Amino acid sequence: MTKVTMNVNGRSRSGEVEGRTLLVQFLRETLSMTGTHVGCDTSQCGACVVHVDGQAVKSCTMLALEADGAEVTTIEGMTNADGSLGVIQQAFQDYHGLQCGFCTPGMVMSAKALLAENPKPSEEEIREYLEGNICRCTGYHNIVKAIMAASGQQVEPVAAE
Amino acid sequence: MPKDGGIGASTKRREDVRFLTGTGRYTDDINLPGQAYVHFVRSDVAHGRIRSIDPSTAEGMPGVLKVFTSKDFEAAGGIPCGWQITSRDGSVMQEPKHPILAEGVVRHVGDPIAAIVAKSREQARDAAEALEIDIEELPAVMNMREALKDGAPQVHDSLDSNLCFDWGFVEENREAVDTAIREAAHVTTLELVNNRLIANPMEPRVAIGAYDMAADSHTLYTTSQNPHVIRLLMGAFVLNIPEHKLRVVAPDVGGGFGSKIYHYAEEAFCTYAAKVLRRPVKWTSSRSEAFMSDAHGRDHVTKIELALDADHNFTALRTETHANMGAYLSTFAPAVPTWLHGTLMAGNYRTPLVYVNVKAVFTNTVPVDAYRGAGRPEATFQLERVVDKAARELGIDPVELRRKNFITEFPYATPVAVEYDTGDYHATLDKVLEISDWAGFDARLEKSRARGKLRGIGLAHYIEACGIAPSNLVGQLGARAGLFESATVRVNATGGITVMTGSHSHGQGHATTFAQVVADMIGIDASQVEISHGDTANTPMGMGTYGSRSIAVGGSAMVKATEKIIAKARKIAAHMLEASADDIELKDGAFTVAGTDKSLNWGDVTLAAYVPHNYPLDEIEPGLEETAFYDPANFTFPSGAYVCEVEVDPETGKVEVQGFAAADDFGNVINPMIVEGQVQGGLAQGIGQALLEACAYDDDGQLLSASYMDYAMPRAYDFPMFKVDSSCRTPCTHNPLGVKGCGEAGAIGSPPAVVNAVIDALHRAGHEIPHIDMPMTPNRVWSAIHGGAGPDKDGETMEERSVGA
Amino acid sequence: MYDFEFMKPSSLDEAVAALAEEDAQLLAGGQTLLPTMKQRLAMPSKLISLKDIPDFSYVKAEGDTLTIGGGTTHRQVSEEAESAFPGLASLAGRIGDPAVRNRGTIGGSLANNDPAACYPAAVLATGATVITNRREIPADEYFQGMFTTALDEGEIITAVRFPIPEASRYEKFAQPASRFPMVACFVAKMNGGVRVAVTGASEEGVFRWSEAEEALTATFSADALEGLAHPANGMISDIHGSGEYRAHLIGVMTKRAVLHLT
Repeated sequence: MTKVTMNVNGRSRSGEVEGRTLLVQFLRETLSMTGTHVGCDTSQCGACVVHVDGQAVKSCTMLALEADGAEVTTIEGMTNADGSLGVIQQAFQDYHGLQCGFCTPGMVMSAKALLAENPKPSEEEIREYLEGNICRCTGYHNIVKAIMAASGQQVEPVAAE
Repeated sequence: MPKDGGIGASTKRREDVRFLTGTGRYTDDINLPGQAYVHFVRSDVAHGRIRSIDPSTAEGMPGVLKVFTSKDFEAAGGIPCGWQITSRDGSVMQEPKHPILAEGVVRHVGDPIAAIVAKSREQARDAAEALEIDIEELPAVMNMREALKDGAPQVHDSLDSNLCFDWGFVEENREAVDTAIREAAHVTTLELVNNRLIANPMEPRVAIGAYDMAADSHTLYTTSQNPHVIRLLMGAFVLNIPEHKLRVVAPDVGGGFGSKIYHYAEEAFCTYAAKVLRRPVKWTSSRSEAFMSDAHGRDHVTKIELALDADHNFTALRTETHANMGAYLSTFAPAVPTWLHGTLMAGNYRTPLVYVNVKAVFTNTVPVDAYRGAGRPEATFQLERVVDKAARELGIDPVELRRKNFITEFPYATPVAVEYDTGDYHATLDKVLEISDWAGFDARLEKSRARGKLRGIGLAHYIEACGIAPSNLVGQLGARAGLFESATVRVNATGGITVMTGSHSHGQGHATTFAQVVADMIGIDASQVEISHGDTANTPMGMGTYGSRSIAVGGSAMVKATEKIIAKARKIAAHMLEASADDIELKDGAFTVAGTDKSLNWGDVTLAAYVPHNYPLDEIEPGLEETAFYDPANFTFPSGAYVCEVEVDPETGKVEVQGFAAADDFGNVINPMIVEGQVQGGLAQGIGQALLEACAYDDDGQLLSASYMDYAMPRAYDFPMFKVDSSCRTPCTHNPLGVKGCGEAGAIGSPPAVVNAVIDALHRAGHEIPHIDMPMTPNRVWSAIHGGAGPDKDGETMEERSVGA
Repeated sequence: MYDFEFMKPSSLDEAVAALAEEDAQLLAGGQTLLPTMKQRLAMPSKLISLKDIPDFSYVKAEGDTLTIGGGTTHRQVSEEAESAFPGLASLAGRIGDPAVRNRGTIGGSLANNDPAACYPAAVLATGATVITNRREIPADEYFQGMFTTALDEGEIITAVRFPIPEASRYEKFAQPASRFPMVACFVAKMNGGVRVAVTGASEEGVFRWSEAEEALTATFSADALEGLAHPANGMISDIHGSGEYRAHLIGVMTKRAVLHLT
């Protein structure tokens, strides 16, 4: 076992891990931060996306030891300082961009990375960027809308009477 | 306009906050003190005899607590099937035992042979590699037609054949249908495959068994759509645990789409092993494991014939289907190709004579069961494809052919034993033509042509039976369970309400919608109502969530319980206001004596129920808590019209969905935002079936599409923005909310719309191609146009699979 | 996965020394290796991370060549090669998905030589040079079939040197499930003629389509490809596409690349 230390959502966190311990296992099992999910074993579904040193990565395809000394941001670190939903999170709720919620942490983290690179993405750019995030519930329609809305762009309102 | 929180409002979902902040509680997020981990050793051959299992090396590996084989389950029952079908000849279906761990024979790749429990997940897996298993490989049978031939390999030696049942419906119509088809002015025939799919909820299955020695009671945490059903099936049939000693908890569940209805061996294993080992036992499926252990869906091969008279009235319909059951019967499997399929074969049309024949077949594949829509997508697909083909053969407009044959008067008794209570098929058709801009297609076609692309437009209608359904009826049809739902409404002294429902939410937003209903009935803010579900310890009974039944059946039970609450509260208010209960009106959360300004707030009355100082104790019990069970009088019948518009790249065969419009009639709608979200998700799954998804096996029974590297999951860029409308509403006549259910519609109506659009695109380019099997991959479409070779093994060709009628 | 010892050397020499141990393996971005290990299809006793090796991650344009460090991520290439070699930047920006591009490296991709990887097409089409800790290997000698390269035991890709083409384009037709190339073609208009490399299609991995190269060298236009068809034998045939279909797509993708450039 080797000691690993990283800064997770602004707090220094340490733990003992094996060489084979994945970053997602360190988060979920060692730190009990279960917001980051595992939905596949071929690095495709994106439920495990977190940010390492400001870049989106699949935490199921990175060893915990590779993140030693890194700044890690997870879904648990996405709220505002007062605990209220951040802009992207709020847009996902406002535009019904989630149903079962399982892919949602990865979607939000990918959306955050996209908007950091491209503050006003087009619908097509959003859809392309989400190649590595699979959602089985929403048909992506409202996820795309939520991300557009979070970037301050005009979207159709949700259905009403 | 409705209030923000009442019926009809697009209230934001309250459950979202925990999902958006990483504080949801899914089964894999639960870890119990001292828990051990199980790894299942699964068959890597499709069919084989287990000569021996030597656990000695594995047992000595670090951390290993026990190696289980079928010998450990000699006292346990098999995984039960919940539905019994009777064949045409009056015999009941063949029903093989489905053991928890294979008993001497493995029957599909993924069939569990042994289970290793260790202190860590990796230790269990390390030991699995040391387990010595000697298997004699046997010939496997994959193709249904082959399976029914004499001399075919037998999936179960204990059965007479690989035929599970041969079902005819309605058997009395058979001769009349044959005659009508023989004498028809025109008959359109089509053979097609409804491709095998894998549900793929993003959360893989998880089970944690725990045993409390002091209380001699068991707890199972599981990713289930219906914890009470698991408690009943596993307790009564598999492990012989009485229900009062077994608690089943299904916390936040990351999608189901049918695949989490069934009772699975892994659940029984963890529950049992926890008692044997005196410590909790946890199993978390990997995605690869899910591909070979979650029930698959669809997999029908059908020949359909539609007869028309000279005026293009439909006169008769005959279908013959082979339905793949896989190697064992999953919980609902026999019901899917029969009662959930045959009863819908009339569709939206007045066809007077219908006959449906279904042969259910065992093969060496993963068991097949209900997947979003379950039987109804299969019925809709064949019907809407053959109607489109008939229009093309007769040279008439597919819109007009449908209109001419629509059912227009309700209630309508179909020739396949169901009665549609309400509907307006012209209305949804008009609506979808409008929102899809059907009339403007030609201009878009020209633009596509200018870019070198083919363009087509396709229409499909659907009818589905939801809200499954009267217990006395389904009992006659072979169901081994009731299909009611229950709810308990618990009003607290200060007026807040907890509703305990047997429905289960795994993405549908019940916590929000159900609260809207109760709040609306009483006239209080929805924040005053909390919905609790998913735990057999706190809900009286529940049959769970599937078949788009939650609001129609579970919601109705909740309405009935709330009505009881209101009736009692009115009596208490009458006493307090010194008036007759008949004169008390409840409006906006206040009880008022009619025609006066004498009034009490909701909270005043609820407080009196629990602080009964001035209270008619001789007439009314204190407290305010009511339970209702609701058993529906009929199915509900949502319907709708879908239009798909595609572009086809003639050089590569790639199909792009350019537009998709859906006009649904769900009756009354509680939360339009959530309803639209359900339709959008269903459309994605239906379009996925039509263009991308296929579960493929090779001839030896190896699963070729065994991960996301080969099973094509739809991505965001596979879709356009959808146009979804649910403004056409003919309320259900027999449930209190007038609701019909919306969960499956999108997946039911969309596949034929997509295929019709592609066939239309090819037709407009001069390629007369009667049909292309789903998924319409680029290779298949290209081959259809150019005649080149199709892809390997993504479903056999129609000729190989033909039902041979 | 099986357990292993993890080490993160801070110099190339240290990494080379560690690699000499039996069953030691390099870990670049890990985007292929880690999924393989999760399936227990690889069993290294030691994983040597290249992350801390200095001067291993860069994109440098000098005259008519572009040199990329072995540890450079796809994302860096897609951003930093854009002005000097847009065809390569575009290829890098379409590998996998954004999260994969943030970890996966050019050295890792080339060392693995997956028959459906993107980079080999650019390397082969431009006649680039693979630079290792020991030698320089021309692209035409580097790729030796599916998952097979000219790399020896203990050899580490330190950089790749591309001659910058006059014009280039990568056209990819994605396999519907993995979204790896089912067939992808890199067309490079070089100083001395046109080169066309194809990935995803062949059982032998990346290869050059010489007939198309000759035709395009003679006349660089889509019309020059008229009547040319790649034979289907040797092409991968699976549930996503037959060999015949893949062979057909080679023609379509090559033509589209040329159309994009003319």
